[in-house]
Amino acid sequence: MRSPKLLALLAAAAVAAAAPLVLGSYDLNLISRFLAMGILALGIVLIWGEAGILSLGHGVYFGLGGYALAMHLKLSGLAPGEIPDFMVWSGLKALPWWWRPFENPAFALVSVVALPGLVAAVFSWMVFHRRVGGTYFALITQALALAFATLLISQQGATGGFNGLTEFTTLFGADLHAAGVTRTLYWVTLAAVIGAGLLLAALRASRFGTLLRAVRDGENRMRFLGYDPTPYKVCAFTLSAMLAGLAGALFTLHAGMVSPALVGVTPSIEMIIWVAIGGRTSLIGAVVAALLVNLARDHISSALPELWLYVLGALFIGVVTLMPGGLAGAAKELAANVKGLPGFKRKAAAA
Amino acid sequence: MDLVVLALGQGFNGLSVASLYLLAALGLALSFGLMRVINMAHGELLMFGGYVAFLVIKAVPGTAGLLLALPAAFAGSALLGAALEATLIRRLSARPLDTLLATWGVSLVLQQAARSLFGPIGVEVRAPAWMNAAVHLGPLTLPATRLIILGLAVAVLGGVALLLTRTRIGLLVRAVNQDRMMAAAAGVDVRRIDLAVFALGSGVAGLAGVALSLLGPVTPTVGQSYIVPAFLVVVMGGLGSIAGSTVAAVILGLVSAYAQVFVDVSVAQVVVLLLVILFIQFRPQGVLAPRSRALDS
Repeated sequence: MRSPKLLALLAAAAVAAAAPLVLGSYDLNLISRFLAMGILALGIVLIWGEAGILSLGHGVYFGLGGYALAMHLKLSGLAPGEIPDFMVWSGLKALPWWWRPFENPAFALVSVVALPGLVAAVFSWMVFHRRVGGTYFALITQALALAFATLLISQQGATGGFNGLTEFTTLFGADLHAAGVTRTLYWVTLAAVIGAGLLLAALRASRFGTLLRAVRDGENRMRFLGYDPTPYKVCAFTLSAMLAGLAGALFTLHAGMVSPALVGVTPSIEMIIWVAIGGRTSLIGAVVAALLVNLARDHISSALPELWLYVLGALFIGVVTLMPGGLAGAAKELAANVKGLPGFKRKAAAA
Repeated sequence: MDLVVLALGQGFNGLSVASLYLLAALGLALSFGLMRVINMAHGELLMFGGYVAFLVIKAVPGTAGLLLALPAAFAGSALLGAALEATLIRRLSARPLDTLLATWGVSLVLQQAARSLFGPIGVEVRAPAWMNAAVHLGPLTLPATRLIILGLAVAVLGGVALLLTRTRIGLLVRAVNQDRMMAAAAGVDVRRIDLAVFALGSGVAGLAGVALSLLGPVTPTVGQSYIVPAFLVVVMGGLGSIAGSTVAAVILGLVSAYAQVFVDVSVAQVVVLLLVILFIQFRPQGVLAPRSRALDS
């Protein structure tokens, strides 16, 4: 059972790695963005699928990673002493002090994961150590997403406001518009997806993974056995926020912009539907569903913008009520049914 | 003296905001206390009430229209809420987080439906002319609309409290709230109580929608702007407690109003959220929580 799955995954990775040879740069860029979203989806599998923690505010961490890199990109394109154009328009004379460190590429790169990680660790510890969880936690994370997006929009001079940060030219000295950059960034993203997937698969198989599932299935029983669930929940939440930050930074590179429209309440909750469709506990399902839903969104909302919200609404209702196992659950069921057919009986018995 | 006027004025603004938060949160708190589920489409029940008010006042202008709009919006939103409970929420109530997601889907569909029917811009409700007046209380100017909404919130709160404490159905609701299994064993039809409470809460949301329609245009997303603070009120109030939610709404309304003296609206929003997070450091069970030895409450 194990090896055919492994073979299929290797084949899929090989096909994905070869994709730039056939796809045009527009399509490749699109796929890259959605693959970046897949990294975030993997993090949600860890907290929601494994630990049963629903976050409706992962846009915040996606945004923190995206903005951290975008600030560096914005600064690196400037002559010494210059400040970004939107700051000039808003009447700012000097760079805000908290922009300064992002001139340093190493600081910016570390911030991409460290900043969301830090925010997530402090926030989740404050909530979890008082044993506030479940629905309460989901509602508080949603309020966080709303507050973050509103703050970004209102502080126009320092954040670029509603338009966000755009028009990047160079990345660590390399021209972002040069030929081959799209391709390289695609491979980097693909490697990140695979790396994150392997990391989470390993974590899941470890004792840490077992304890997360214990949190999900019976937090109080876990306490009775002498474990304090808080550190495990905080660690998982922080790791998933770091993955979201990485996803945000990669997305910013592919899209050439980051804006409050990507981080607020609505985008944050849409991130959950990818994982719900993929099948909450399935890492592969999450990446595949992130790709599929975003592709569908891209096609439907450009052709029939009105239809998309109906489709999305129906997806939320339908997946949750009719197929809580998602695509992965459906696939498993299908495989079980196939095995149940007469011709497969002997083989299944042998396995 | 100026400072006192400012403090009193912001105090009134805070209570005015609190009255809207409370009207929006009351229905959520009622059904959360009973079923432990949050209806993410609650904001759209507000919106629905707002559109009902728009249609009624368009047909019957003036004060009569407004008086007619209140029961119409209550009934309309209550029916919509009851339909939602009977078709979707009842099936999912054992899985509270899934209920959040499914009702979010409902909220998206309702928003888009409103956009298709009434357009994305929003519609203006023509309030009766006398509502543009203001009451002058010493140096303070209190807009009549705000006073009426405050009065509405107090009346609704009083009505719900009376219903819960003085009627037979209220007795049954409190019984299910305290111990669902025991109430069911004693012969209470808990499913019907769920449905009735959910419809009542939705109806209150409809009334809140009428209140919102007096303050600004009714848009497809009007509910969204009040729903997140309403969620925070429920979190802070404590397990669907009505008294707790009232206290929480007043605290959050006042904090938001006074914070706006020093910072802009968006930062005030962050302040309110931080306050809630700080608050649960000290009282994770909320302002008022029923005493219970239950482990998983």
